[in-house]
Amino acid sequence: MNALRSLPILMLGALLSLPAAAANYAALPGGLFTSVMPADGKAAPVTIEPFQLRTEPVTNAEFLAFVQTHPQWRRDRVAGIFADGRYLSHWAAADVLGSEAQPSQPVTQISWFAAQAYCESEQARLPSWYEWEYAAAADDHRADARNDPAWRERVLAWYGRPSNTPLPAIGGAADVHGVSDLNGLVWEWVGDFNALLVGVDSRDQDGADKLKFCGAGALTMQQKENYASLMRVAMLSALKASDTTSSMGFRCARSH
Amino acid sequence: MSRLLSTFLIAASLLSGTVAAAGAAPGGAPAGVPGDLGPPQGEPIHAVLGIPPNVPPPLNRKTPAKVIVDLEVVEKEMPISEGVTYTYWTFGGTVPGSFIRVRQGDTVEFHLKNAPDNKMPHNIDLHGVTGPGGGAASSFTAPGHESQFTFKALNAGIYVYHCATAPVGMHIANGMYGLILVEPPEGLPKVDHEYYVMQGDFYTTGKYREKGHQPFDMDKAIDEHPTYVLFNGREGALTGDNALTAKTGETVRLFVGNGGPNLVSSFHVIGEIFDKVYYEGGKHAQENVQTTLIPSGGAMMAEFHVDVPGSYVLVDHSIFRAFNKGAMGILKVDGPENKAIYSGKEVDSVYLGDRAGPNLHAVSVAAKANAAGTLSKDDQVKAGQQLFAGTCSVCHQANGEGLPNVFPPLAKSDYLAKQSKEQLIAIPLHGRTGKVTVNGKDYDSVMPPMSQLTDDEVANILTYVLNSWGNPGGQISAEEVSKVRAQPAPAAAGH
Repeated sequence: MNALRSLPILMLGALLSLPAAAANYAALPGGLFTSVMPADGKAAPVTIEPFQLRTEPVTNAEFLAFVQTHPQWRRDRVAGIFADGRYLSHWAAADVLGSEAQPSQPVTQISWFAAQAYCESEQARLPSWYEWEYAAAADDHRADARNDPAWRERVLAWYGRPSNTPLPAIGGAADVHGVSDLNGLVWEWVGDFNALLVGVDSRDQDGADKLKFCGAGALTMQQKENYASLMRVAMLSALKASDTTSSMGFRCARSH
Repeated sequence: MSRLLSTFLIAASLLSGTVAAAGAAPGGAPAGVPGDLGPPQGEPIHAVLGIPPNVPPPLNRKTPAKVIVDLEVVEKEMPISEGVTYTYWTFGGTVPGSFIRVRQGDTVEFHLKNAPDNKMPHNIDLHGVTGPGGGAASSFTAPGHESQFTFKALNAGIYVYHCATAPVGMHIANGMYGLILVEPPEGLPKVDHEYYVMQGDFYTTGKYREKGHQPFDMDKAIDEHPTYVLFNGREGALTGDNALTAKTGETVRLFVGNGGPNLVSSFHVIGEIFDKVYYEGGKHAQENVQTTLIPSGGAMMAEFHVDVPGSYVLVDHSIFRAFNKGAMGILKVDGPENKAIYSGKEVDSVYLGDRAGPNLHAVSVAAKANAAGTLSKDDQVKAGQQLFAGTCSVCHQANGEGLPNVFPPLAKSDYLAKQSKEQLIAIPLHGRTGKVTVNGKDYDSVMPPMSQLTDDEVANILTYVLNSWGNPGGQISAEEVSKVRAQPAPAAAGH
């Protein structure tokens, strides 16, 4: 199914000098989803259209192939407004991975602009927050495992690990949608990260800032099961589109 | 091509947003704001930060200055107890975070740096700041970035600072708190030592002292059931070689904060009375305080004079936290004894209530004879008689007859005559519970272990019993008692 669907994309990819091996995308059905960021700022579920999501985050090897064909995204040539000074700084050189960046590790030190450009090269885009959150709620047999304490503990355990150890490689177990490594590997950019609008002081619950930080009013923190997602939102809210960090990677999505 | 263009357009819109968000430069406060001592004078000063338990030196400055504070957030794994590690989030690499010292009226230019290898965004809320969020609204910082904001320290006092990024409780529980001292313009009275102590509660998935790396447990944190309650973030941070020190005759000032996230602290130093406590970190001092309450997110300053050498134990007097969750520290005071104030132990003697007195003479004779190696059976019997009167006669009666149906007799006891020496010794050492038949009568009662008795005393009592009231005689030595004491207690016999 997926192979058939991606065939024309493969051909198009060849024309645009895509990385040799095309990435796998899984089809997700979407539907009504209860997000930590309710659609109306209170409790309304959001509607997610069917979409496709990359089964794995983009790796160092894949991003290296990308900068070779799109040299304007090499770290020594990228425009300063698109990536900060630490962009791909863990690579040995602008076109060499080196010992700090294994080919099968997810690529990090990536700006939102670079991630978006990469996805465009795969005829894709970054997933929206709702798409990402919906996909990440799954485990190996449920589309929404968020009420399972074991699931929450697994997700939170990653937050509790320091980031001074090397990142694991991709290749985690696939979830019910056939997608891997959404939790427990890296943070991931989403297309609308700057629309999450969490207040810079997350304790704002009311008052004049409520409209300015509409997300903050929703994040009452009364539901402890929201903590895992909440920390993602907080992280994304802290960033500008040119920022890069040692644990922020990305994967791409496509609308049907 | 059009996709690329769209990227540029988004970039432009984001950039314009960034420019608009850039903070306005701090202006001078309007005249008449209480605590404002005017514009900063002289060159900017880089603040000296204190690594706990140390405090930066007094400022001794007469004018307000511009003070630059550089504080780096570091996420790192460190020991929380012997053989147990925990992933801390820290201000400056320590728990609590670096101690900041400024003077009232100072203009503080604060630089919060989030280390590039960190995973989380962080910010800082300083309780000594007047302004929305205490700085939190201006210091939200992603890994690998730095935020700057400026405030004027208007109120003197000792204040907590902490991280206020979602989830706030988790950031605090992982160690993100510290103290900032705003000295009054005239400074603080001179003391010989200043120390920095901060209490915090920690929540790990494993039990107290369970070995290995222990992750944060959100459920325990919400239930407010800490695994550890600690001073300065680690069991042993203020004990052993890390103990605070002073000499007799010196004055000590403690800056004690409570980071929480949940518990309030009943802070007490065992063996000391605080001469002064600036409770809640405020302006006024209470005098002669034994235990002072430090709220979560609060601090206090205590001054006292140390007069007598020894180890003074810092505790949270919610005392199970001290002895079962780690909330303990030591202030070690060296110097000459001052017997006029505290004598040390003058007497260690058996206390026998109204049975005490001159009739214990035989006990001390026996003890001396034992020490000299000249102890006779007669000495033992005499000493044992007096000890028996103090310990055993309440139940077994002075004449050894016991009480019918309740306490078995020792006089002419066929039960005692059947026991081996080891079994006899075990009775006072371990107690005796359950049915026994003595001289044809059944008893079912409880004798508790007489663990307060020394080997000497047990030997003397048994020797007295064996040689009294028609019992078969014999002699028990302290060495024999000691051997039995070294063995594990037998399972409850007699059933």
